[in-house]
Amino acid sequence: MNKFSWYDAKTVNDALEQVNATVSEVLASKVSDQSAVFKCGGTDLLDMMKEGLVAPKKIVNIKNIAGLDAISYHQKSGLKIGANVTLAQMEANAEIKQNYLALHQAVAHAGTPQIRNMASLGGNLAQRTRCWYFRSLDHECLRKGSGTCFARNGENEFHAIMKNGSCSSVHASSVSTALMAFDASVEIAAADGKKRTVKMTEFFVTPGDDSSRESILEANELITAVIIPPSGSKTKSYYIKQGARESYDWAIADVAVVLEVSGSKCKNANIVLGAAAPVPIRSEAASTALIGKEITEQTAKDSAEASMKGATPLSKNAYKVPLFKAIVKRAILKTT
Amino acid sequence: MDTKKVKFPHGIPGHNLSEVEREIPTGEPPAWPINDDLKVVGKRVKRTDALAKVTGAAKYTSDIQLQGMLFGRMLRSNYPHAKIKSIDTSAAEKYDGVYAVHVFKNAVGMAQAKDGGNSAGFPDVKFAGQPIAGVAAISVDVAEEALKLIKVDYEYLPFVVDLEEAQKPEAPVVFKTDVDQEDRGGGGGGQSGLKTKGNLRGPSTSSFFGGPRGDVEKGFETADFIVEHVYRTQVHTHCSLETHGVVVDWRPDNVTIYASTQNTNSVRHEFAEMFDLPKSKVRVITEFMGGGFGAKHSLGNFGVMAGHLSKKSGRPVSMMLDRKEEHISSGNRPNSVQYLKIGAKKDGTLTAIKQKSHGTAGVGLGAGVGRIAQVMYECPNFSTEQYDVFTHAGPGAAWRAPGNVQGAFGLEQAMDELAEKLNMDPLALRDVIDKSDVRKVERQRGAKQFDWSRRKKPGSDSGTVKKGLGMAQSTWPRFVNLNSTVEIRAYKDGAIEVRSGVQDIGTGTKTILAQVVAEELGMKPEDITIRIGDTLFPTGPGSGGSIVTGSITPPARNAAYKLKLELFDQVAKELETVSSKLSMSGGFIVSQEDNSKKIAVKDALKKMRTEQITTSASRSDDYGGFKMGSFLAHGDLGSVQFAEVSVDTETGFVKVDKIVAAHSCGRPLNITQLEGQINGGVIQGVSYALYEYRVMDNETGHQMNGNLDQYKLPFAMEIPEIETIIVEDYGGRSSTDAYGIGEPANIATAVAVANAVYNAIGVRIYELPITPDKVLKALNKI
Repeated sequence: MNKFSWYDAKTVNDALEQVNATVSEVLASKVSDQSAVFKCGGTDLLDMMKEGLVAPKKIVNIKNIAGLDAISYHQKSGLKIGANVTLAQMEANAEIKQNYLALHQAVAHAGTPQIRNMASLGGNLAQRTRCWYFRSLDHECLRKGSGTCFARNGENEFHAIMKNGSCSSVHASSVSTALMAFDASVEIAAADGKKRTVKMTEFFVTPGDDSSRESILEANELITAVIIPPSGSKTKSYYIKQGARESYDWAIADVAVVLEVSGSKCKNANIVLGAAAPVPIRSEAASTALIGKEITEQTAKDSAEASMKGATPLSKNAYKVPLFKAIVKRAILKTT
Repeated sequence: MDTKKVKFPHGIPGHNLSEVEREIPTGEPPAWPINDDLKVVGKRVKRTDALAKVTGAAKYTSDIQLQGMLFGRMLRSNYPHAKIKSIDTSAAEKYDGVYAVHVFKNAVGMAQAKDGGNSAGFPDVKFAGQPIAGVAAISVDVAEEALKLIKVDYEYLPFVVDLEEAQKPEAPVVFKTDVDQEDRGGGGGGQSGLKTKGNLRGPSTSSFFGGPRGDVEKGFETADFIVEHVYRTQVHTHCSLETHGVVVDWRPDNVTIYASTQNTNSVRHEFAEMFDLPKSKVRVITEFMGGGFGAKHSLGNFGVMAGHLSKKSGRPVSMMLDRKEEHISSGNRPNSVQYLKIGAKKDGTLTAIKQKSHGTAGVGLGAGVGRIAQVMYECPNFSTEQYDVFTHAGPGAAWRAPGNVQGAFGLEQAMDELAEKLNMDPLALRDVIDKSDVRKVERQRGAKQFDWSRRKKPGSDSGTVKKGLGMAQSTWPRFVNLNSTVEIRAYKDGAIEVRSGVQDIGTGTKTILAQVVAEELGMKPEDITIRIGDTLFPTGPGSGGSIVTGSITPPARNAAYKLKLELFDQVAKELETVSSKLSMSGGFIVSQEDNSKKIAVKDALKKMRTEQITTSASRSDDYGGFKMGSFLAHGDLGSVQFAEVSVDTETGFVKVDKIVAAHSCGRPLNITQLEGQINGGVIQGVSYALYEYRVMDNETGHQMNGNLDQYKLPFAMEIPEIETIIVEDYGGRSSTDAYGIGEPANIATAVAVANAVYNAIGVRIYELPITPDKVLKALNKI
C-alpha cells in the first residue's frame, strides 16, 4: 500500500475543507496525485488501496466527527440515521427492526459481522461496484476511463441483466435496495455550509449518464444522514438477498418489497431490485401488477413476472431472471 | 536379515477379524493387538501443539523474524504470452531501501521445453503472473515501489487460456517442442517422454497399475447396458490459510531455509541442486505449517528468488506470496473434460470401461484424471487416453488426490446412472462389482447411519425445494516411502525426544508420533517431546500421497522399541532377570517373572552410563510384500460417502445438508484427528461440488477472481452436518499397520453431492461446480 498522510476531521466543515477529490475521481484518473479523500469505516477504500487501484496522498478520517452517529425515530417524522452509524448499530436497533423490517434484513445480510462493525451507512452508499474488471489493476474498464466494458462479452455471471447497455456492473450496496423501497432520502452537506436532500432514486448515477461515478456525490460533499419517512401499521415489508453463499456474499440478486396493505389487499407497492441493473431500481411494472390486488400466490407471481419484463441478460447470467422472479414472489408473499 | 514369525490381527473387527502370520525382521517389535486393547493408540489424544496454536505462540514461516531480515517481492508479467527483449533494473537497484535485485534466467515450476524456450537470455512469458524479477528491501512496501521501477521491454504474442480453444489448429502454441516436468517429491509433474503436438501432450494410457487390459470394444459388444457421457470439472485453486513462502538465510557456511512446505527433504534437495551446494550445508525448517493441499512440495520460483536475493544481499530474505499470487501462480487442480463409456451385464457385472480425457494444467503437466476408473471395480476390459492441454495459464500442481477427484466425478455418476438403468440400488450394484471388503462394510455401516432407506425415486420429492440422497465411493493407494527415519533420544533427566525431518502439514503428525512412542514405552503422549520439520534430523517423507502416517509411524515405533531394549539391557541385572523378561508400562520397567521387581523409567534413565542414549530406525518393507515396486502396498484406502442435499428448483441453488463419510486407514491412530481430516476433506469436496472455480477471462488471459472475496470458499453456513465412520482394517503390514486419510477424505464428496442432486431433481448435472445456472438449465428454466 502507498504512503499517505492522515487527518482526523473534527467537524463536517473541517472535513470538507480538507478533502479535494472523490474516490471515483481518483479511480478515473481525473485528479492529480495530490488527492485527499474521505474515509469512514475504510472497508472499501482500504481494500482499493491494498489492490493498488487508488493511492491517495491524504486520508481525511471522518469517523470521529461528532453528531453523525445517532439513530433517531419518531412515529410522525420517521427515521433519521447518521452517516457514521455502523451497519452493526443499525442491525441492533429495535426500532428499525420493528418499523422497517426489510431494512433490518438488508443490513443484517450485508458483509460479515466484522465488516458490519466497521462499515458506516454513508460509506455503504458511496462504495464502488465489485465488478471484477473494475477491481482489477489489469483492466482499464469503461468506469475507469477507457471505452471498454470487459464484462459485456466476458465473464458476466454476476453482472446486470437490465439497463446494461454500456457498463454491466451492479452497485454493491444491498442496503440501498431496502432504503429505496422505503423511499429514503440522503442528506448531503457541502463546503459552503449548504445542505441538500435527495431521494434515493435520484442519488445514484447510471453509467449511461456518467460511467465514471455511481452516485451524485461531488468532491466537496459529504453524506451526513439518511432520512426515511414514517412507516405505518399498514406498512408491510420484506427483503431477500441471494448470494453465491449464504454465510457472507454480495448479492447476485436482492429485492426489497414495501407494501401498504388493507386487509390482504395491496394498496400501494414499492418493489426495488438490487444487482439487477447498474444501480438499484424501482420496478414500476412489478408494483403496478400488485397494486389494488389481493396478495395471493398468483398475484405475487404476476408481479414477479412483471419485474423481469424487458430483461436483457448477457451470455452467462440468464439464470438471474428466474432467480429474481423467485425472490420477488417470495418477498411479496412473506409480507402477508 | 534374521526374521521371526509373528501373528498379527487381520481384517475388520465386527466383520471378519482373524489373524495372519508374518515373517518380520527380528529387530522389529511384536504385533500390537487391535486398538481396543491399546492404551494410547487409537484414542482421542489431544494435539500436542494445541495450546501453541490457539494462543498464537506457534511460529509459522510468515511469523519468522530474523535480525536484518529483508522482504522480497516479485515482478510478474501482466501479459499471458510474450518474449522479453530487455530488462532494466537500474532504477530499482538505486531505490532507497533496496538491497538486492535479481532477474530470472530460467523459468521454474512449470513444464520445461526441450529447447529451453528462452529469448534474449530471459525465459519466455507463458502466463499472466509469471515471475520475472525480484527485489529484496527493508519492507514489503519499499520492495513493491521498487518493482514499479523495473522496465521490461516485451514483445507481446497471441495467447490462449481456454481448454477447448487451445485444441483448435489455429490456437497459439504454448510449447514448441516436447516438454517434461519432474515430479518434486510427490508434488505433481507428469508421465515423462510423451509427445507434444500443438498444445496437446499425450496420450497417457497407463498408470503404475499398468496399461490397458482386455479389449474394450469386444467388452461393449457383450454388454446389455451402456452408459456414455462427457463429464466436466473446473480449475480449483489452492487456498491454504498460509500462503506459499520461505525465509532464506544465506550465511557463508550454510543456508537455513524456513519454509511453508509439505516436504522439507525435497526443498533441501532442490535448493542444494539449484545453488550447487552440498546437502550438508542446506537446512530446511518447517516447525509449523499453515496448510497445504499438494502444491507446497517444491522450492518454487519464490524460493529460488529468495535464495538469489539472500545470497546477493548477505541478509535473510522473507518471501511470502500474497493471495493473488497464490491463486494465479502457485498451482491448481487442473480442469477436465472426460468422455466415459461403461458397459454392463443385466446383473451389474461390468464388461468394459473406456475413458478419454483432456485437461489443462496451464503451463504445467498433470491434468490426467487419475486411476480410479482403472482400479476401483472389477472389469476385464479397460482403456484410457489422457491428454494434457497446454494453455497460457498458471501451472497446475498436485491437489489432494490428483486426478482422482476429477475421475471420480465421472466414474461415480456413471455408476449411479448404470444402477438406475439396471433397476438396482446403487449400493447393491457396488456389492456386485466391488471386491473391497472394507468398502462393503462402509456401505453397510454408512447406509445404516445415514438411513439410506429414506431415498426416494429421482425427482419424486414434492415441493419447490427438493431433497435428494446420493452416494459415491473412492479408492486411494496405500503409498509408503521407505526413506523415512526417526531418531529417539532418552536423557538422564527422564526426557524422551523424538526427531525426524518429517513435517506436520497441520494434520497432527506430531501427536501421532507421541502416541506411538508413548504406547511402546508405556508412557503418556505428553511426556514425549516431538521435534520434527528440520532437515538436521533424519530424513522423513513428504506430506503427499497420504503417505506420512504409513511411512513415519513404523520407524517411530521401531526406534522406541530399540530404545526400550537398550534400557532393559541396562537394568536387567538390577531387577535380577534378563532383558527378554522385562516389560515397560505405566512409567515402570517391570520383571515379568516377579512384578514386585520394578524400576521407574525415570530412575532407570538416571542410571544410564551416558548423558543420553540415541536410537534410530527406519521401516522395513511391507510385511505382506509390496504390490508394486517399493512404494505401493497391497490393499487400498477405501471410502464411501453419502450426501443429502436440498435443491431450490426456482432459484437453482443447491445446499448440502448432510454428509456421512465412512473411511478406513488401516489401524486408526487418533480418532479426533482423523475426524478433523475427514471433516476438512468433506468441506473441500462440498466446495468443489458447489462453490469454487477459477474464472479466467479469455480475452485478456487474467484470472478475475484471484482473491478470497470473489473466489468462493465455503463458510459456516455452507458447511453441512458431517458424520464420520472410521472402520478399523487390520492387515499386519508394518509395526503400526497405520495409514493416512488426507486424500481419501476428499475424493468421493463432490460426486456424492452430484448424485444426490440428481436424486432430488431427476436431471443429471454433468459439470462442476453445480451452480444455479446449471441447475436452472437442467430444469429447462432458462
